[in-house]
Amino acid sequence: MTSAENILERPETPRRTRLQELWLLFKENRLAILGLVIFVLFFSTAVVGVILTSGEDPVFDPALIRLQEKLLPPLARPNLETLAHGEAPRLGVYLFGTDDLGRDVFSRMLQGAWVSLTVGFVAVGISVLVGIFMGGIAGYFGQSHIKNDQVIITVIMFAGVVLLGLGKEMAGVVLLLVGHASIVLLLVSKRIFRKRTPPKWLKMLHRNAISLDTIIMRLVDIMLCFPSFFLILTVVALLPASMYNIMIVIGLTSWMGTTRFVRAEFLSLREQDFVAAAKALGIGNFRIIFRHMMPNAIAPVLVSATIGIATAILTEAGLSFLGFGVPPPHATWGNILSDGKRFIFDAPWLTWIPGTAILIVVLCFNLFGEGLKDAMNPKLREK
Amino acid sequence: MFSFIGRSIIQKTITLFFVSVVSFLIIHLAPGEPSQVDPLNPKFTPEMVERFKKEFHLDKPLYMQYIYFYKGLFTGKIVSWKDNQSVLLKIWERFLNSLPLFIVGTILTWTLSFPVGIRSAIFRGGIYDRSATFLAYLLISIPGFFFAYILIILTVTVLHVPVIGMETFGLSTYSWPPVFMDRIWHLLIPSVLGATGGIAVLSRYVRSQMLEVEGQDYVRTARAKGLSSEQVHYKHALRNALLPFVTMFGLILPGLIGGSVIIESIFSWPGMGRMAYEAILARDYPIILTVNFISAVLVLAGTFLSDLLYLVVDPRIRL
Repeated sequence: MTSAENILERPETPRRTRLQELWLLFKENRLAILGLVIFVLFFSTAVVGVILTSGEDPVFDPALIRLQEKLLPPLARPNLETLAHGEAPRLGVYLFGTDDLGRDVFSRMLQGAWVSLTVGFVAVGISVLVGIFMGGIAGYFGQSHIKNDQVIITVIMFAGVVLLGLGKEMAGVVLLLVGHASIVLLLVSKRIFRKRTPPKWLKMLHRNAISLDTIIMRLVDIMLCFPSFFLILTVVALLPASMYNIMIVIGLTSWMGTTRFVRAEFLSLREQDFVAAAKALGIGNFRIIFRHMMPNAIAPVLVSATIGIATAILTEAGLSFLGFGVPPPHATWGNILSDGKRFIFDAPWLTWIPGTAILIVVLCFNLFGEGLKDAMNPKLREK
Repeated sequence: MFSFIGRSIIQKTITLFFVSVVSFLIIHLAPGEPSQVDPLNPKFTPEMVERFKKEFHLDKPLYMQYIYFYKGLFTGKIVSWKDNQSVLLKIWERFLNSLPLFIVGTILTWTLSFPVGIRSAIFRGGIYDRSATFLAYLLISIPGFFFAYILIILTVTVLHVPVIGMETFGLSTYSWPPVFMDRIWHLLIPSVLGATGGIAVLSRYVRSQMLEVEGQDYVRTARAKGLSSEQVHYKHALRNALLPFVTMFGLILPGLIGGSVIIESIFSWPGMGRMAYEAILARDYPIILTVNFISAVLVLAGTFLSDLLYLVVDPRIRL
């Protein structure tokens, strides 16, 4: 065997893995590296902060009120004679000053970091999960149609459930029974008419009504019609105030972009040879979706999720600025700023410190996300 | 062409119907009764609550309420639950207040982002491009309310100009130049705030469009022919890069009714956004639903308009 043949025969592995390649490109972008560093710092601050500010006797007590020490500027020394034992700040100075109730802004900022972090991650997590699910269905099963009979039965059953919910048991139960009965009837009629030609009315019922793809994409269109911040504001204002409601609402109003993305990716991946090979091997649909197609579609979704986190943090800050969101004794960066707005000329640090913190964190997520996007861009990779 | 128009009008009407149903359900199925908004008020006796419910059809089943509401909306008879005034009139009044903010903001966005984006693209990778990029990220990331307070602190302490509200209280007796300048100052800062995000996003978009076109073969041909760089950039590249922006004119339509809630409440600007915010606080369902409906109409009309514009501008698209 000659050496030339040898080279051709031997399967050549790429010198670098895909991740190494990505990192090499990413490393070039100094702003993105800065974003990554700040992100790690923010993450550790939030985790340390939630440990230090919670519990029975926290190291930094964000709720301790010292009225005699109110509105002190950053780095001010406490007046130890007027403070009771244990009320003095742990660090010996008020690192970020105090607010109008004499609470230590530094410990409140520490407490608020956790809120921003969790709201950002959980909200985007929800929206990515919903988006992948909807987009996956629309892209993979999109061509299968829902038949007329299925639509009719669903409508009957749904009406029954709604009537039950409204307190009209009689009508609701009757409708549910009718729904179940028609399922049985349809199954029976299918069996009867398997050999013979079915009558016309049954053919009408079996005709394709609407494809799954159409349903999901029209749902996306409907959701996109709502002005998003206004919708979030309405729902949050009507629901009881809690952090979880905000996460869920932000998550459920921002999945449309991911859905469109995943759908488009799936539509092109579905035609590729490796999917056809997997199908030919008799692998189940779900294994194909999650094991073979998802890893190829997930990277751009994660990039847009990074930028989504930035948006979610901004939205949460805006909501707490308007007075909705996490109920008052708990500090968030938005409500520290909102409380401080009455003292904007006398105590500007109450505006500057939380504002700058939000700005830096959101900026780091944006820079990191854009850097990743550039690094994954195949046009740039060739160079 | 006509079949496209007909099809999309039908499709958009169906979408609009579902939007109206969904928004109605969201608002009415949320916990809390609109009649219970002020339980501590001694004047709010059970009889009053009954009368209130009867007057606004709240005792009817949900689908009847839906029909009553949209019948009222289309005949223009719908009234606010709080002061019994016509909702459409109230919205029109507030719309006229928000309109100057919108116009100035849009003009600022579209006039500033193009030069910035084009220059970034031409001098790609230079110091100007890098600083413009960083500034754009900064403007995208800054929370609107924080930026608002920075601008307020600056203008009030450095320039000594009052900025809250639509005009300075008690200034109307003076002659017109100070009044005019006063109006301009009050208008300028909220519009700049409203435009910042738009400028940042749009200038990035202009830059990437320009870069894409500059990489095309016909631009290289133009350069190889020995054309001056002005002609290459502005005649050959820019004209083709402009194509997607024509369609974006349709997409600014929804901004008409949006009116930023946060900016308007900081500046005590009696516009649409603040009215919607107050309506949410007071659980004034007719106003919330009407604002929602109008904005959905504008979103749909905007996408329709941008599709049509694309058809007109781009000869490659034939339906």
